Amino acid sequence: MTSLMDKCAVTGIGETAYTKNSGKSVVALQMEASLKAIADAGLKPTDIDGVIPYGSLEVVAEEFVTNLGLQDLRFSAVTPLGGASAVAAIQAAVSALVAGVANHVLIPIGRNGSSGERIGARAAAMPQFRTIGEYEMPSGNIAPPQLYAHMARRHMEMYGTTSRQLAEIAVTVRSNAILNDNAVMQKPMTIEDHQNSRMISDPLRLFDCCLESDGGAAVVISRAEQARDLAQKPVYIMGVAEGHPDSPSTITQRPDITTLGTAKAAPRAFGMAGVSHKDIDVAEIYDCFTYIVMCQLEDLGFCKKGEGGNFVSNGRIALDGELPINTHGGLLSQSHIIGMNHVCELVKQLRGNGGKAQVANAEIGLVTGYGDMGDGAVAIMRN
Amino acid sequence: MSDTMSETAYDKPMPPLNRDSKPFWDSLKEHAMRLQRCADCGKIRHYPRPVCDSCYSMEVDWVRASGRGKIHSWTITHHAFHPGFLGDLPMMLATVDLEEGVRICAQIRDVAPDQLSVGMAVRVDYEDATAALTLPIFRPA
Repeated sequence: MTSLMDKCAVTGIGETAYTKNSGKSVVALQMEASLKAIADAGLKPTDIDGVIPYGSLEVVAEEFVTNLGLQDLRFSAVTPLGGASAVAAIQAAVSALVAGVANHVLIPIGRNGSSGERIGARAAAMPQFRTIGEYEMPSGNIAPPQLYAHMARRHMEMYGTTSRQLAEIAVTVRSNAILNDNAVMQKPMTIEDHQNSRMISDPLRLFDCCLESDGGAAVVISRAEQARDLAQKPVYIMGVAEGHPDSPSTITQRPDITTLGTAKAAPRAFGMAGVSHKDIDVAEIYDCFTYIVMCQLEDLGFCKKGEGGNFVSNGRIALDGELPINTHGGLLSQSHIIGMNHVCELVKQLRGNGGKAQVANAEIGLVTGYGDMGDGAVAIMRN
Repeated sequence: MSDTMSETAYDKPMPPLNRDSKPFWDSLKEHAMRLQRCADCGKIRHYPRPVCDSCYSMEVDWVRASGRGKIHSWTITHHAFHPGFLGDLPMMLATVDLEEGVRICAQIRDVAPDQLSVGMAVRVDYEDATAALTLPIFRPA
């Protein structure tokens, strides 16, 4: 079997301003981010011959053909994994590029998640949530903070995980956001602030939950031999994989509700990359909820199942810690751009463009996506 | 006519029923929960669906659930994610392991929030939401 290791690279990244009210259309946000990413790579829009739009938003591949004047779009697909879509799209892009189906694949995401249709309002209309719509929403189990609270409560009861340990994640990620000029949340947060934030769905408090945001982000993926001739230092994709949990549509029926699809993706991504956990210098972990960060760290293999609470404590995940996470502020404090902001941030870190949050000597990094009740995706990159 | 009135007044989400699940919802209306069972290998599954993931048979029958179960996990919701539940807050939702080996997520009543625990014995009960819809709930066994 052909290994995808190091065959492709992220060649361009682009981000709009992240705000609570963009004043722009979703199409405009996605095009702005895409044009920035294409220019960052040193490409022309017409060099793009592959597009992987985000499946659940209104912007389809046709919009990129018409707005960017693409003459010969050869590859389009969607990766329907909710918040894992951005990283799963990297796997799809790399597969198409290595097969020679396309040369430069654009992966755009953009939304008005704050000023437009609220993120929380979408779930009932999505086909992957049909079973929850039929069997759980009528009883009041409706939105992700509730659905995931059952996971978090089980983890607490089985392993002694505490809300203060979840707070470590929120506080760490906020401190990183404050170093980032393009982060929505700029007010410092303490553990006590987290503990005093209102309960949303016990055990998840307000500060365990991510933002709802406006903005766009995009990346361009190219084959390694072409990447070397483009404008930026290539960030090579060493390993990438997606994973789907048992009972993917409903957490309720999952044999172990404290395990995500990430647990299936991680060994594939690490195996392809040929690196171990101690080689990871920086990790951008999809953080729709603090608990989901902790659970992914376990499922990725940074610690054993049940040890995530201790793992995230005592500064280990801080900028100067053993495993700095979410150096941009994440979905919790930068912006909810469905994890494409995490991909862009990892590329910045590996280019050495991390600004005030640059991790010293970052050479190998990891980014995850998580979504749709349990889907996971993992990419490992190097400079 | 009065049925129509009560349907209009009911402001919580209604389940979009389908052919595979109709016997389940009908059983709730009868206050006698039934679960889907593979007619070939006997594996009980939930939520209702057309294929047995053990033997791939599409033949099903339905068995009466004992109604006994144990709490697997829970949440206490303080925020109304749907306006229909505003009056129910705070609202306790339990994920319950039924004796038959599948789980149900439903509201739980008659228990103090700080009494909820993993493994707590519960029994299924029924609440007639409308003339057309009965929802399962749990109470301490």
